[in-house]
Amino acid sequence: MLNQKLKLNTKLFDKDVEVKPTRAGFGTGLVKLGETNPNIVALCADVTGSTQVDKFAEKFPDRYFETGVAEQNMAAIAAGLSASGKIPFISTYATFSPGKNWETIRTTIVYNNAGVKIAGHHTGIMTGTDGATHQATEDIAITRCWPNIEIYVPCDAIEAEKATIASVKTEKPVYLRFSRDKSPIITTSETPFEVGIMQDFWTHDQPQVTIFATGYMLYHALLAAKELEEEGFPTLVINASTVKPLDEEGIMRFTGHTKAVVTVEDHQIMGGLGSAIAEFLAKTNPLPIEFIGLQNTFAESGKPNELIEKYGMGVASIKEAVKKVIKRKST
Amino acid sequence: MINELTQEKLKDLKLKAIQARQLLIETLTPAGSGHTGGPLGMADIFTAFYFHILNHDPKKPDWEDRDRLILSNGHICPIRYVSMAQSDYFPIDELKTLRKINSRLQGHPHRTALPGVETTSGPLGEGLSQGIGMALARNLDKKDHYIYVLTSDGEHQEGNIWEAAMFAGKLKLKKFIQIIDRNRIQIDGNTEDIMPLDPLKEKYLAFNWNVLEVDGNDIKAFIEAIKKAQELTDKPVFIIANTVPGKGVSFMENNYKWHGITPDGQDVEGAPPKGEQAKKAMEELKTWEEKIKSEQ
Repeated sequence: MLNQKLKLNTKLFDKDVEVKPTRAGFGTGLVKLGETNPNIVALCADVTGSTQVDKFAEKFPDRYFETGVAEQNMAAIAAGLSASGKIPFISTYATFSPGKNWETIRTTIVYNNAGVKIAGHHTGIMTGTDGATHQATEDIAITRCWPNIEIYVPCDAIEAEKATIASVKTEKPVYLRFSRDKSPIITTSETPFEVGIMQDFWTHDQPQVTIFATGYMLYHALLAAKELEEEGFPTLVINASTVKPLDEEGIMRFTGHTKAVVTVEDHQIMGGLGSAIAEFLAKTNPLPIEFIGLQNTFAESGKPNELIEKYGMGVASIKEAVKKVIKRKST
Repeated sequence: MINELTQEKLKDLKLKAIQARQLLIETLTPAGSGHTGGPLGMADIFTAFYFHILNHDPKKPDWEDRDRLILSNGHICPIRYVSMAQSDYFPIDELKTLRKINSRLQGHPHRTALPGVETTSGPLGEGLSQGIGMALARNLDKKDHYIYVLTSDGEHQEGNIWEAAMFAGKLKLKKFIQIIDRNRIQIDGNTEDIMPLDPLKEKYLAFNWNVLEVDGNDIKAFIEAIKKAQELTDKPVFIIANTVPGKGVSFMENNYKWHGITPDGQDVEGAPPKGEQAKKAMEELKTWEEKIKSEQ
């Protein structure tokens, strides 16, 4: 059942559940930060509307810098702003930043220890009809391998606002991962959020499997958990909203009873959340794991839900993975 | 405000630049790897900056109002390290640690390792943008210091440089001066053979910059060029500093083969054999130093 203590959206499983893109939470969070901290500045590479930076740009025109379609320049300008005491947010589609400008971020921001916040948008195959060129499905892999960075992947627009605001609490660089299409509101303003803490959104006294999900895919994991429980397969569903630093203590606690794991993410299965959890469990407590995500392929144009089904990331696939890992556990 | 350059001061700067070259040979030879041509060619410009142009305080490298000197082509950092040591940012003796384990003097400069280097650099094309970021922050904070960015000519083959040039030109950034080390060499050969940059002046004019050109091995002319650049307050300024790579060591001058190697590391056509290169270079530089000392 949904964890009542976390004050989640009680209408989550209703047909008319409220939907919003996570990027909307980034837009409102950035404005709130701008209102309270004069050192917050924002940069964007010609996609202010779709990254929701337009609200900050309208309200704080002196603190907004348009770089045009120049992602390397955007990253390195932000590094210079940071070296002079500002807290810059850089925003564009994640295939371009941290994709195209990967080395610029590595050198001038991450290795340079510049506290720039990198907002990657249009992540995952959920980006939909634009096609694989614009669906960032490797961005966690290429940022997670950097020392000195934190990675937050909020599950809904409300958590996205909280994650955006939390990103300035650390002086480190942060990668924030957002998605394009509307997805159900899972949390409420009262739901706790803390960087580096995983929370059990779906609980049970005798769970058989722990499902770790990140981003909007958490909703699909919760739908699967509900059906699985009705079928006699109780699970835990964990919101892994911070991919780095990994909540190692939480992983140990949430897998202590189940001893079997399914990871769920809209990302290549190589290098993402599933890999992070597998790396940790392999050295501490090896368990059978099934990985839901993009299986070593690019996707294509299509509606988000069509793509999620076609590429084996929907509710049916998650349920199947849970049943498979239960069998692996017993053999 | 740059002080007047007296004859006495000019002679002092010339001597410091030659001493810097000697320190470079003494630093690079034991390091065993690194770049020699560029640092020798830029010794006059670094000396002019650290001992006459920059408003800085070696004892307070984080002083907010300091002028910023960004080195975009980080591979010539040995000359920056030498100028910093000569200015007393750290002891001259520490130069020996270049490229050695546990050293603050990384093979390419690292901001958090050594206060005063302003930023991490090495991968080319990124310093101009970072300088822009520092200029934007300065403007927001209503401060008044200069931002100087040193770039190389080979580096201008990177797209990021032109993204930054476009941006600075659009914003008409003031007190923002870029100096290119136009030494016409890069690792694989001469720049105009590898990927031509000329007409460079016209390119920057088209990007809405002011452009000046100067002999980068003439300290007096270079300081005058910086003064002139400071008077051009309508747009960013691009100074083409024509330099001789390897300047001061006859067998290294204008030879691209000395771009990315160090003395005594290998035999090079036209140079003394391995094992005698550093010694010969030091002899030539000592002779030059004596000549300057004897000048009235």
